[in-house]
Amino acid sequence: MKPAPFAYAKARSVAHAIELLGADDARLLAGGQSLIATLNMRLSHPALLIDLNGVGGLDGIVSSNGHLEIGALVRHAQAERSAELARRAPLIALAMPHIGHPAIRNRGTIGGSVAFADPAAELPACVLALDGELAIVGPQGSRAVKADDFFKGLFETALTARDVLTAIRIPAAGAETRVGFAEFARRHGDYAMVGLAASARADGKQLRDVRLAYFGVGSTPLRARHAEQALAAGDVEAAVRALAQDLNPPDDVQASGTVKTHLAGVLLRRVTRQLDQAPP
Amino acid sequence: MNARFHDIVVTVNGEETPATVDARKTLVDFLREDVGLTGSHVGCEHGVCGACSVRVDGAVVRGCLMLAVQCNGAHVETIEGVADTEEITDLQEAFIARNALQCGFCTPGMLLTAQELLAAGGVPTREQIRVHLSGNYCRCTGYQAIIDAVEAVAQARHSSQGT
Repeated sequence: MKPAPFAYAKARSVAHAIELLGADDARLLAGGQSLIATLNMRLSHPALLIDLNGVGGLDGIVSSNGHLEIGALVRHAQAERSAELARRAPLIALAMPHIGHPAIRNRGTIGGSVAFADPAAELPACVLALDGELAIVGPQGSRAVKADDFFKGLFETALTARDVLTAIRIPAAGAETRVGFAEFARRHGDYAMVGLAASARADGKQLRDVRLAYFGVGSTPLRARHAEQALAAGDVEAAVRALAQDLNPPDDVQASGTVKTHLAGVLLRRVTRQLDQAPP
Repeated sequence: MNARFHDIVVTVNGEETPATVDARKTLVDFLREDVGLTGSHVGCEHGVCGACSVRVDGAVVRGCLMLAVQCNGAHVETIEGVADTEEITDLQEAFIARNALQCGFCTPGMLLTAQELLAAGGVPTREQIRVHLSGNYCRCTGYQAIIDAVEAVAQARHSSQGT
């Protein structure tokens, strides 16, 4: 299908984008790899598209003060090639090849993926697993929201209609950082049936600060908090059993909730093996 | 400038192409309907099938997931342009020799996507070829012949570099 008619404006700056967002029914356009698909299918029909591409200063990958800041307009392909990202955010580097296909990654952006908040998408779960925060600018100025508070519901985030997501910020990986990532998808690059992004801190033989973020199992990426505790106590099988408490995935076209819960356990065992190893 | 219609100038296969476009027009529809280049195909229109693949400023993208108005000032290359430069003649010949196409609907997208992988250099494994082409559907061949063709060209280009 073809999109319903809309007006188009190119933002010159973040401030200009916020000003343009004052119009009724305005939407921000970044990589467009989800938004334009929904326009084509007429699942959304904004009155105005505000194109962020070309706004300066949003496409950097910068380390400072123990954090890595990834600009919202960094494209997946750029992130995939970044040595800085591979070193400071190995979880995102692991997830990157699973995000769409090469042509999608050439165009799609980090910020767009997080702001769109598809519950089966990889990056929102990575930001949640890494205890990251989202840098947001709105009419009242800038603020930061922790990932734990950012994902509110199905395609719903802490962003208001006048906000622009400008960057994601995550703690930079250190020598004791452990990460793991795995997903099941029908075809490589498709949205996952179930996926898991995980991070932890190694303390001798033990894992501490375990964060397990599942995706494709609910309306948002979800932390499996009982399983996190069991894993920190060193009991993988108890962690797998605890998933029954943590997750209650609804049936969807790809798999029943029962199958998804089973697969979540399979992923947990696989990811735990990754968490037990120091990165190369 | 919050308008529906916009004046743009896009360089299409090396030729500056001015046009007035409706903001809702996708790049692939612009190329097919306004420029008359019908080698890029419209399949699923939501980024799944890869038949609309074109190059924008050197990178392969989905022509259905980009708006024509966004390409103002950009260099767009379609299968017609890339074939004319003879950049992929060996790949086209290998597709024919190995029956890597039947109806041909996916072929322009397959060629551009495969060329992006081959241009990165080296000889990719069959698994790497599969993963790189995973976003391009083919409903005729079963993919084996396509992988064969891409692999053969990778090996041929690699060995000709060595001599």
